[in-house]
Amino acid sequence: MRRSIFPQDDRGSQITLGLLILSMLAVPILSLLFPEGHPLHLSTYTLTLLGKYLCYALLALAVDLVWGYLGILSLGHGAFFALGGYAMGMYLMRQIGDRGVYGNPLLPDFMVFLNWQELPWFWYGFDHFWWAALMIVLVPGVLAFVFGWLAFRSRVTGVYLSIITQALTYALMLAFFRNDMGFGGNNGLTDFKNILGFPVQADDTRMALFVASALALLLGYLLCLYVVNSRLGRVCIAIRDAEDRTRFIGYRVEHVKLWIFTFSAVLAGIAGALYVPQVGIINPGEFAPLNSIEIVIWVAVGGRGTLYGAVAGALLVNYAKTYFTAALPDAWLFALGGLFVLVTLLLPRGCVGLLRRQAASS
Amino acid sequence: MIELPISLPGERHSTRTNRAGLPLDGQPDLSHGVLLYLEGVTVSFDGFKALSNLNLYINDGELRCIIGPNGAGKTTLMDVITGKTRPDKGTVFFGQTTNLLKLSEPEIVQIGIGRKFQKPTVFEQHTVVVNLELAMRGDKRVWSTLFARLSAEQRDRIDEILGIIGLREQAQRRAGALSHGQKQWLEIGMLLMQESRLLLVDEPVAGMTHQEMDRTAELLKSLAGKHSVVVVEHDMEFVRTIADQVTVLHQGSVLAEGRMAEIQNDPRVIEVYLGV
Repeated sequence: MRRSIFPQDDRGSQITLGLLILSMLAVPILSLLFPEGHPLHLSTYTLTLLGKYLCYALLALAVDLVWGYLGILSLGHGAFFALGGYAMGMYLMRQIGDRGVYGNPLLPDFMVFLNWQELPWFWYGFDHFWWAALMIVLVPGVLAFVFGWLAFRSRVTGVYLSIITQALTYALMLAFFRNDMGFGGNNGLTDFKNILGFPVQADDTRMALFVASALALLLGYLLCLYVVNSRLGRVCIAIRDAEDRTRFIGYRVEHVKLWIFTFSAVLAGIAGALYVPQVGIINPGEFAPLNSIEIVIWVAVGGRGTLYGAVAGALLVNYAKTYFTAALPDAWLFALGGLFVLVTLLLPRGCVGLLRRQAASS
Repeated sequence: MIELPISLPGERHSTRTNRAGLPLDGQPDLSHGVLLYLEGVTVSFDGFKALSNLNLYINDGELRCIIGPNGAGKTTLMDVITGKTRPDKGTVFFGQTTNLLKLSEPEIVQIGIGRKFQKPTVFEQHTVVVNLELAMRGDKRVWSTLFARLSAEQRDRIDEILGIIGLREQAQRRAGALSHGQKQWLEIGMLLMQESRLLLVDEPVAGMTHQEMDRTAELLKSLAGKHSVVVVEHDMEFVRTIADQVTVLHQGSVLAEGRMAEIQNDPRVIEVYLGV
């Protein structure tokens, strides 16, 4: 019954965290120390790609926490990711200042284009990074809290809950597509120049963003590990497997769901915020229901119910996506769909389950 | 010592009370020796009366068996006591002052009513020890649960219960790997961890071997006294072994109540149940 943050048998977490720390050291060395053209050199393109994968891994971790441990299949986590991304995007837009196409020192380009005269109230404060940082956490968190409070209190579960999470992200997508919402409509927010005073496109900034993403994933992983190994984590699994029974031993199932869901949404928001400066754009497409479903596929492929499985799944599927969309662009969606069907039918515990089974049999 | 027969509302306020009138730190008011009162309880589902004007009193420390044919309302009765189903009419009190109808399911658990379901439901992915740990009485709010650590005392308590239910050897096994009978005992152990004053036990010996049945009978008998135990059971053999008082339910109300010997000879009971 001894409990530490590293249970003896959690080799997967030890390896994942080890590799993560190693990458935080190795990637900067490979890309800064070796000059361009050297076989060991890491291009900025690859670096950014890796940083993007790490953001996805953090997002997968968030989904795994609610799905793999608590049994809530959220098909709307892309919404929290996108909201975090928009909060960061708004800060980056304010950083442009008068360097936009229209050169307006007060308003972002798209507002000038729409003939707006003044900044909408909800853009106030985004000149400051601390305000944006606060919103990155607060906006997804509060939305998840309100949504969860309504849904869990009415004891909406299972497929019905999945459908309303999907509706949530779809509704937000439609809303953000509208120009008069004040978030750049169809085009979203882009053409970023600086972050914290550093040029977004510069190699060093890219490096810093990569390290920040790795750090966020590391901290997110440790927090999730703490939750999962706490008694609360055991209660989560109990809720997943026998919700009524958990209620009958005196736990407030609704409250547990609410807090874990909110925490997960905050993680997703942070992932989105780190993602946006690396890809250079955020638009309503990020709210697309398909995106949220893809996250679930990453987790399923990696192995839900293990944190490292979620991370591995996100990295694996996204690497495959990068590869396939370049090599066989038409085949990717079929490959993704086929992958999900295969994993669901043959590997209910994902790749991690397969490895475990092999380890057990040998 | 003279005790007032009736405690007036607002009279026994030594501490804060919750909205059902139970002292938050407290024990139910047992000044009349009765732990559970159900009076005039009626529950209907789409016109069908699952319980109709049911009256039932459970004394502190007694072991009561409730029998009755299928559809007599046994499970609905359990649902009403544990807050899963709200009656259309009637009152349900825990001790003199605690109105159970005003409490949510987890609150009812917290004040000391535990339930073992018909189908054994333990947390299969967790070990036996973790199952007991989760059931343990204590602060079950989210933040306290997040930072909870087992104290030495709590470990001893878990070990003690493991001894009582005879699962010490299986302590570190996954509950899903236990035999059917062992799961039933684990569930009873979970009720004990909750320190439930009232144990509601739904068909404890369904699917058990004779040996397991004997052990279960012993276990339940040893629990009476310190706890009140209400057993719903189909197996008449088993009821005969453990019964102290028996209540026969029929069509949602009490048909007969008394010692097993009396019940067995009651012509009405023979007609609806035993005779079949």
